[in-house]
Amino acid sequence: MSATGIGASVRRKEDFRFITGQGQYTDDVVRPGETRAAFLRSPHARARIKSIDVSAAKKMPGVVAVLTGAELAADKVGNLICGWMIHSKDGSPMKMAPHPAIAAGTVNHVGDAVAVVIAETQAQGRDAAEKIKVDYEVLAAVADPAKAKSGPQIHEVAPKNTIYEWHLGDAKATAAAFAVAKHVTRLDIVNNRLAPNAVEPRAALAEYDAGNDHLTLWNTTQNPHVARLVISAFVGITPEHKLRVIAPDVGGGFGSKIFIYPEEVVCLWAARKVRRPVKWTSDRSEAFLTDAHGRDHVTHAELALDENGKILALRAKTIANLGAYMSTFSSSVPTYLYATLMSGQYDIPSIYCEVDAVYTNTVPVDAYRGAGRPEATFVVERLVEVAAREMQIEPTELRKRNFIKSFPHQTPVIMAYDAGDYNASLKKAMELGDVKGFNKRKRESARDGKLRGIGYSTYIEACGIAPSQAVGSLGAGVGLWESAEVRVNPTGSVEVLTGSHAHGQGHETTFAQLVSERLGIPFENVTIVHGDTDKVQFGMGTYGSRSGAVGMSAIVKALDKVEAKAKKVAAFMMEAAEGDIEFKDGKFTVAGTDKSVGFGDVALNAYIAHKFTGAQLEPGLKETSFYDPTNFTFPAGCHICEVEVDGDTGKAEIVNWTAVDDFGTVINPMIVEGQVHGGIAQGIGQALLEGVVYDEDGQLITGSFMDYSMPHAHDLPSFAVGLTETKSPSNPLGIKGCGEAGAIAAPAAVINAITDAIGSEKISMPATANAVWAAMQHAPAVRQAAE
Amino acid sequence: MPAVSMTVNGKAVSGDVEARTLLVQFLRENLRLTGTHVGCDTSQCGACVVHVDGIAAKSCTLLALQCEGARITTIEGLAEPNGPLHPMQEAFRENHGLQCGYCTPGMIMSALDIVRRRGNDLDEHTIREQLDGNICRCTGYHNIVKAIAAGAKAMGKGGPSRQAAE
Repeated sequence: MSATGIGASVRRKEDFRFITGQGQYTDDVVRPGETRAAFLRSPHARARIKSIDVSAAKKMPGVVAVLTGAELAADKVGNLICGWMIHSKDGSPMKMAPHPAIAAGTVNHVGDAVAVVIAETQAQGRDAAEKIKVDYEVLAAVADPAKAKSGPQIHEVAPKNTIYEWHLGDAKATAAAFAVAKHVTRLDIVNNRLAPNAVEPRAALAEYDAGNDHLTLWNTTQNPHVARLVISAFVGITPEHKLRVIAPDVGGGFGSKIFIYPEEVVCLWAARKVRRPVKWTSDRSEAFLTDAHGRDHVTHAELALDENGKILALRAKTIANLGAYMSTFSSSVPTYLYATLMSGQYDIPSIYCEVDAVYTNTVPVDAYRGAGRPEATFVVERLVEVAAREMQIEPTELRKRNFIKSFPHQTPVIMAYDAGDYNASLKKAMELGDVKGFNKRKRESARDGKLRGIGYSTYIEACGIAPSQAVGSLGAGVGLWESAEVRVNPTGSVEVLTGSHAHGQGHETTFAQLVSERLGIPFENVTIVHGDTDKVQFGMGTYGSRSGAVGMSAIVKALDKVEAKAKKVAAFMMEAAEGDIEFKDGKFTVAGTDKSVGFGDVALNAYIAHKFTGAQLEPGLKETSFYDPTNFTFPAGCHICEVEVDGDTGKAEIVNWTAVDDFGTVINPMIVEGQVHGGIAQGIGQALLEGVVYDEDGQLITGSFMDYSMPHAHDLPSFAVGLTETKSPSNPLGIKGCGEAGAIAAPAAVINAITDAIGSEKISMPATANAVWAAMQHAPAVRQAAE
Repeated sequence: MPAVSMTVNGKAVSGDVEARTLLVQFLRENLRLTGTHVGCDTSQCGACVVHVDGIAAKSCTLLALQCEGARITTIEGLAEPNGPLHPMQEAFRENHGLQCGYCTPGMIMSALDIVRRRGNDLDEHTIREQLDGNICRCTGYHNIVKAIAAGAKAMGKGGPSRQAAE
């Protein structure tokens, strides 16, 4: 392994600009004559707009324009869409309600845009927005997904606020297995609603070039090409070739910056209207009201086992809250990213999962780190842990009895796992976490008046999404391949243009490691270009831990082509047969001779083209690839959480965290560990601290960092992280993906640990001190400890 | 509009601002020092931390006019344009203490203030407690804590010229 090749913890190329304050985020971009957009947002969860009077606002200082939904409709700006079709059990298509970028007639959640002021400064825009008079007829609202079906109907297209009633698996076989089961474990689970809260708020800057009738959008997006496609083809702002989308440095995404939002549409529309650049930058309060939230499931789940603890079947019924409108990929999250993972790491003969997706008067819900897979893992890993406790089988032993041990393995819920070794990651985690010493630590905690618990989560996820044909057959409106272009310059340096997009993942480093190793050229001679539709050919962007498995595979394919072409050039240079040329460590040699030429010489000769004619070979050295994976990848692993619960207050403190993950091939261990750390923190945040709260009327109670508890440094421990490796056979590098593992694994591990500590299963997330204390009042473990 | 003058990263600057202009707006919009970021509107996230007369302050919580005559240091002022990085900057890079980079300038400026107050030998517990005013969503803080400990130590070795209080 070289110091900068695959497997090396190379320090990141991108860091210098960030640690010196030279990052370039969307809000840092300033265009000449720039104006600012300020939105007036609904204070009501549901209301009819009787009238809007903008006359006073228009007279305010610095105001350029005041625009409403009526003008948006008059200009025939299309609605935002959800791009994944789900059909109900009865075959009917999902009920997608109109989602205009500015409300027309009714508002459906607190924060729904009602009007926008375009002004010289942000402050002037906000002052003017306060002068807009809106006469609302306030209507009854519903925010609780469990009450959505009986609540007031929000959209004409969706009776009982039901978007779809979907199912997966074999209901009859599952029922038959439950009928003969010796033990059934039943759980009611609420998977709490989360706000993604990337620290950089969303922003959009649109500029219209009237001379060329061309629009440019700088946007906090994880997938600039998809944004361009949706904004042009569906919203209809301008044709695709007349729109450039640039995603400059993006300050975290976690899913929330995948989606196409009203604000970028409005900025583009307004920029052309006022003939000046228009910028909108969200503040945090606005982010809570408009960024797509995550999770928000209510589930009843059951696990059937035989007398030996062998799992016979799993059954789940889930209500998924999709909020007031269907966001870009929201329909896929509680269906094909959720129920398909219900087999976990286990050989389960029968599974049946029903999902009802509902509208409520809340912010739209869509993919958030893990997206469906954390919800599935929480169901499976809580069921397994509770079943083990009920049957008095050691939880790790029950898991081992049920692990899938041979691959490939076809689950009853679509997925075909290709490679894994679940025993290996469990064993290594138990060693790394010193499980043997747990009882001693528990006694020590007890001496300090603390209840210590241990919880496991042996999770699986489906990543690297995904084969286009497969997702197409499941309803996806797009293909999920990735593209790459490798441009070798005449001097032998290389630019790689990728359709993947980094917003913290370090692609500029890891992708360069791959190219450096493959071409045998210095790491410093490779530049990664991403996030600009004018530079990079169409690409699908970054989410679902797909940039390594799919994005880098596209680069590998392009590198294969570069090598093949370079061999032809080298053959002409050395007057040898193409078949005799070998390439290793940056050198082309002729087999059986001492002739050799370096990569740089070959690159130069490819461009000067003096050694071959145009009839023999095309000049140049630049290759393109579109790579479509053959399967999902299946990262898996074992996370072990140890908590200490204060018996007097209920405060749970995480005292040990062990993670052993199988991500297949690892390009940069330092970066992979960082991804694991961040994922775990978000998972712990969900389990202990975070939760979006709406009141009965749909008012958002947790609308700022003062009310929504973000994980801080003192809420978390340091993490012990290890790896096992089975390579994915589904892509040329053997990569599985690492971006979401922590967020998927962690919540179940935390809750399993707390419930172990207190001896009660009646805990919902977030397990705040108050919630744990309340649960402890009925817990036998606490009573025993007290006695 | 009232005028305000201050010293930013060693240079005398002045400008006309609305009375309600925040220090962070003055830095970002008037001076185009965009390394200082805004991640919230309630003074929780710490992405906007700068040093005012040598002490860490959230620049979203100060009016520009309050800083009349003050000495401000931002992330852009920590290292000379072609000089070596500040040890704390170097420690963040070496320990992978950043991912998306958005919270990083505030983290580094806060880290320097922790060193100023608590010295060069920082244990994990102290660092975690002292970082209460800064939020990171990417790293889980694990490597930020390592970076601050390492950076603090390196500053101690570097002698007074590398100390935090510029």
